[in-house]
Amino acid sequence: MTDLSRYTNDAQAERSLPRLHVCMAAGCVSLRSDAVQTALEKEVTRQGAKCHVKGVGCMGLCTAGPLVAVKPDGPLYQNVNPDAAAEIVASMTSHTSVRRLEYPSESAFFKRQVKIVLENSGEIDPEHIEDYLAVGGYQGLMHVLSELTPAQVVAEVSRSGLRGRGGAGYPTGLKWGTVAKAAGPKKYVICNADEGDPGAFMDRSVLESDPHRVLEGMAIGAYAVGADEGFIYVRAEYPLAVKRLQVAIRQAEKMNLLGTNIGGTTFSFRIKIRLGAGAFVCGEETALMASIEGKRGTPRPRPPFPAESGLWGCPTLINNVETYANVAPIMRRGAEWFASIGSDKSKGTKVFALAGSISNTGLIEIPMGMTLREIIFDVGGGIPGGKQFKAVQTGGPGGGCIPAQYLDTPVDYESLNKLGTYMGSGGMIVMDETSCMVDIARYFMEFSMSESCGKCTPCRVGTAQMYDLLNRITSGIAEPRDLELLEELCDVVKNTSLCGLGQGAPNPVLSTLRYFRTEYEDHIYNKHCAAGVCKMSSAVPEEVRS
Amino acid sequence: MPDTTGMLPPPSEDKRWRLVGATMRKNGYSPDALIETLHTAQESFGFLDDVTLRYVASALHVPLSRAYGVATFYHFFLLKPQGSHACVVCLGTACYIKGAKEILTAIEERYDVDTGDTTADGKLSLLTARCLGSCSLAPAAVFDTETLGKLTPDEVLGKLETLTAQQAPEKEAIA
Repeated sequence: MTDLSRYTNDAQAERSLPRLHVCMAAGCVSLRSDAVQTALEKEVTRQGAKCHVKGVGCMGLCTAGPLVAVKPDGPLYQNVNPDAAAEIVASMTSHTSVRRLEYPSESAFFKRQVKIVLENSGEIDPEHIEDYLAVGGYQGLMHVLSELTPAQVVAEVSRSGLRGRGGAGYPTGLKWGTVAKAAGPKKYVICNADEGDPGAFMDRSVLESDPHRVLEGMAIGAYAVGADEGFIYVRAEYPLAVKRLQVAIRQAEKMNLLGTNIGGTTFSFRIKIRLGAGAFVCGEETALMASIEGKRGTPRPRPPFPAESGLWGCPTLINNVETYANVAPIMRRGAEWFASIGSDKSKGTKVFALAGSISNTGLIEIPMGMTLREIIFDVGGGIPGGKQFKAVQTGGPGGGCIPAQYLDTPVDYESLNKLGTYMGSGGMIVMDETSCMVDIARYFMEFSMSESCGKCTPCRVGTAQMYDLLNRITSGIAEPRDLELLEELCDVVKNTSLCGLGQGAPNPVLSTLRYFRTEYEDHIYNKHCAAGVCKMSSAVPEEVRS
Repeated sequence: MPDTTGMLPPPSEDKRWRLVGATMRKNGYSPDALIETLHTAQESFGFLDDVTLRYVASALHVPLSRAYGVATFYHFFLLKPQGSHACVVCLGTACYIKGAKEILTAIEERYDVDTGDTTADGKLSLLTARCLGSCSLAPAAVFDTETLGKLTPDEVLGKLETLTAQQAPEKEAIA
């Protein structure tokens, strides 16, 4: 068995030394955190300061970027620009802090979070495998390979209660068990990193901040089900995530943590990256596999499920990024530990991307079962600009909008389903009174319509018809019967579409109809949009009337 | 028998065909490598024209209809040459509720260009993204390779003014 400790001494020693962590995830990089890092490095050299500047992954509070954290125990600086570099480095030497840049350490944003998936985000350099090893990385895999049989791994995952983080919440242990039992000389493991929901950037952040965690989870999965080859299907729109995955795979192969006879055992596992090409439907597992095979990403009916017949007809284990990211900690710390976090049927934590009309936009990880109110008003810091909360959208184009009266709902798979939305991959978009719910429904329908792959009629034709009806309503030319037709179409498309895209497409309409029906009626009967978003036309264009 | 598939000579002397050829060779000229190969071709040439699609299809032994089908199915693949500069406006939910539509309309009107098209002088291509994942910066847009956020229509028009006055950027390969 490979002794990992020889790689980790330097990285471990470094953790007790004074250092400055600069966030190098996409949000902060867009705000020029790379220039901040360069400026800090220059200042350290110029002042001869005894501190190390380190580029790290996402710290979560994207709204206050660029972020710089003083480690081991110092403050977090927000909105840092390169001009502040001299002052920050000087404060390291004098053991003081730059008060004007300090983010309040008592803030609920950090206090209420529980980090498993994001435990290393913002703490380690994602392009340095030694950093990951120093915080216990690959120990889960080594433990599994040396002490557990594949069946024991499956049992451990089952006992942890982990469920699919892609949104549907299928029990992960059950899925692993099915693939493990499937017969066949060749099996595959796939990581679904085709994060397509607008307003969702959890997976990207995990890949950019801690890519090895995903590789380790996949390797453990491969051992459990008996696969020797894996694919990560990642969006081409995430160049930084792709680059960091490439670096991570190379480093892991070099240390024999991926490849042939991993850690001196008989287990071999290789991972390849496949780039997506901008098709939302490829988030659906059968469409994703078609895309890996170089074809158009159209889904096919299930069964057979990928567990029996997946990639190139072989049994295939396919999980989402965040699901794999939970696996290594479960192996390292035990199923009981994981199962002790979260709610009754939804164990562990969930990562959410907070966006929209909310003070703390960014990435959070909270235990399952926390209420929407706690997430939005405590962790998220509430609605800025004295505006009123109106609704929160979860689940992307297949999800729904939840109104204020349900803010005390705990966030778990079952509770969200009851409200007509679903967990989804973790995008949470908060809206205030300046958003029109009919317009939001129209926005999502436009999305589903243009992302429909065209294979099945209900989705291809139904989404276009529903979009047309919503357009009529938001243009002020709809008649009462249009609403009836819309509801009927929702029912048909939801129940007869081939895959999740079509089945979910009516949800934004159904949920807004359920909670904000008066807004639809206001548009239709009074030709009035209370939010002032929809431009009502009194003159009706020819082509729409006919 | 030696594998002679894919030994098809490239359509021209252009050195960029070597990159395309290398991707196909790396994948053993397998039909499964179609998307990978099209990614390389687009990185090399900026877009996919008929010559490219025909060449890739015959080298990988897939029907031209399948190559064309794949190229048109995925939004990432471009079948038309792009302008010397690109502006990608994010239309993700967070950007949408914070006014991305107004930004898009402002650009369309100022440059007389439809979304997905290039201006008549070939200087600017206007594109949209489903979500850049930079929701904390909403509304956000990418100008060539630079992502900027919390934009107003006026700021965007000002930025484009400067951008189109500059030379075209060097293309950076990602994979």
